[in-house]
Amino acid sequence: MRWWLPTTVLGLWAVFALFGSMLGLAPNHIELDQILTPPGGAAWLGYDDLGRPIWDRLVIGAQTSFVVAVAVVAVTALLGTLIGTVSGYLGGWIDHAVVRVIDIFLAFPGLLLAIALAGVLGPGLNNVVIALSVVGWVGFARLARAQVLSLKHRDHVQAATALGVGRARIVWRHLIPLILAPLIVEGTFAVAGAVIAEAGLSFLGLGVQPPAASWGSMIRDGARYMLVAPHMVLAPGVVLMLVVLAVNLLGDRLRDKLDVRGRERR
Amino acid sequence: MPTFFLSRLLSALFVLFGVTCLVFLLLHLVPGDPVEVMLGESAQPADREALRQALGLDRPLLVQFLDYFERLLRGDLGVSLHSQRPIVDLILERFPATLELALAALVVAVVIAFPLGVLAAVRKDTPWDYSAMSVSLFGVSMPNFWLGPVLILIFSVWLGWLPVSGRDEPTSIILPAITLGTALAAVLSRMVRAALLEVLGEDFVRTARAKGLSERRVIWRHALRNALLPVVTILGLQLGVLLGGAVITEIVFSWPGLGQLTIEAIQTRDYPVVQACVLLISVGYVLVNTLTDLVYAWLDPRVRLGEGG
Repeated sequence: MRWWLPTTVLGLWAVFALFGSMLGLAPNHIELDQILTPPGGAAWLGYDDLGRPIWDRLVIGAQTSFVVAVAVVAVTALLGTLIGTVSGYLGGWIDHAVVRVIDIFLAFPGLLLAIALAGVLGPGLNNVVIALSVVGWVGFARLARAQVLSLKHRDHVQAATALGVGRARIVWRHLIPLILAPLIVEGTFAVAGAVIAEAGLSFLGLGVQPPAASWGSMIRDGARYMLVAPHMVLAPGVVLMLVVLAVNLLGDRLRDKLDVRGRERR
Repeated sequence: MPTFFLSRLLSALFVLFGVTCLVFLLLHLVPGDPVEVMLGESAQPADREALRQALGLDRPLLVQFLDYFERLLRGDLGVSLHSQRPIVDLILERFPATLELALAALVVAVVIAFPLGVLAAVRKDTPWDYSAMSVSLFGVSMPNFWLGPVLILIFSVWLGWLPVSGRDEPTSIILPAITLGTALAAVLSRMVRAALLEVLGEDFVRTARAKGLSERRVIWRHALRNALLPVVTILGLQLGVLLGGAVITEIVFSWPGLGQLTIEAIQTRDYPVVQACVLLISVGYVLVNTLTDLVYAWLDPRVRLGEGG
């Protein structure tokens, strides 16, 4: 269970997200006589309240969450690492200012700022990515800065400085490679965060718009029909939970393997 | 010692100021013309002009901000565009429900997390430990907007034990509190385990055992007490996750709190109300965190004398 469970689940997630559209799915096709039909029969996961096949919509939902997670983590990891590394390395008033800005962003509880941003920017996947990126860079910046602070007085950095190596090169060649391990672990957990956040925003109606599918919006629609069609809320929830569980498991394993200490400590 | 407290308070004030700036700018992030977005395209030009003036959007940004800030200091949060009522009243109506939910969730989290964390630490590397940590992993991986509906399905729809939603009966709080508290319980139990393991390796624990104290007494009276302090600070930080999660939990259970008010305001494009809610929840979070830090420093001199916050 150590590696195969997370890698299998995540592999399936990626495969369905990337190649799902080749399966000839009909996520928006409506079968009026199949409304709320439970699993079994023509569609193995049943139909939703409009008579659309739930399996097909799950696959499209995988696409939604995968695209958002990859985009958000790519943007925030790059931006946050850059800001944190440069800030920690340069020190002085720049570092001071960056720390202040990080403190301010950390003052917003959990998803709240993302909810407000997505609400103000208006619904749609692009705005979800923007809102989650605005909130997400802080974690990477804080981690990268802390790591660089503990590294920048090491001998090899001093030697490079003495040899006249440029600052950009020191950051790129002598600092970033050494802080990669904790950043990868942070990145893994960030994927879990982004998947939950996207589904959460879509659950609130701030993410994907109908008829597009997201696991979050499927759970919201399903919650209204729980009395008659519990499969509508169970199917997307189980898939969402499996993916998040797999990412968290992978993060734990990576942390042990790469020997990174906990990511707490402010 | 006074310098630590002073610097901690100053930095909290600065953060509060920054939060206010960001929340103020939120309204200016609305794509296009905020007035048009709020009133809809069919609005009369005169109405638009009136709203523009009421919100002060016709004046320079800096003037607007100073005005906003000054009114905030006087406790004036503005008027809701949707209901035309003072936002302060709206918030005061909803605040008790959110506070109640957050506190109940906190209780749920602590009640689950401590036994689980202690069990895992005391029986480290045994099946007990693995099961406890697996439960915790499931807890973090279960989004509250899914856990909520599943709990409703089981306890309200199938078993019929508890109300589906609302805040009308005393038992109404149970499912929302469990929904919101589970993720925190999961995180907290890992922290209790880690903190306790660290303390269990220390000399005073060995001394306590050497004195012949019962294992129960060693754990609960000696080790856990010392492990508790760092856990409490982290609990303060985790409160933010709780407050953010409360927004979604309130929607799942139609719990009439600040989170529901925020989402309603987003749906009706009542942006001044959105601003006020976000500001208030964040300010509350900053205050709680500052307070936790100060109490921690007061209890444990190492914090204010050593590396410091």
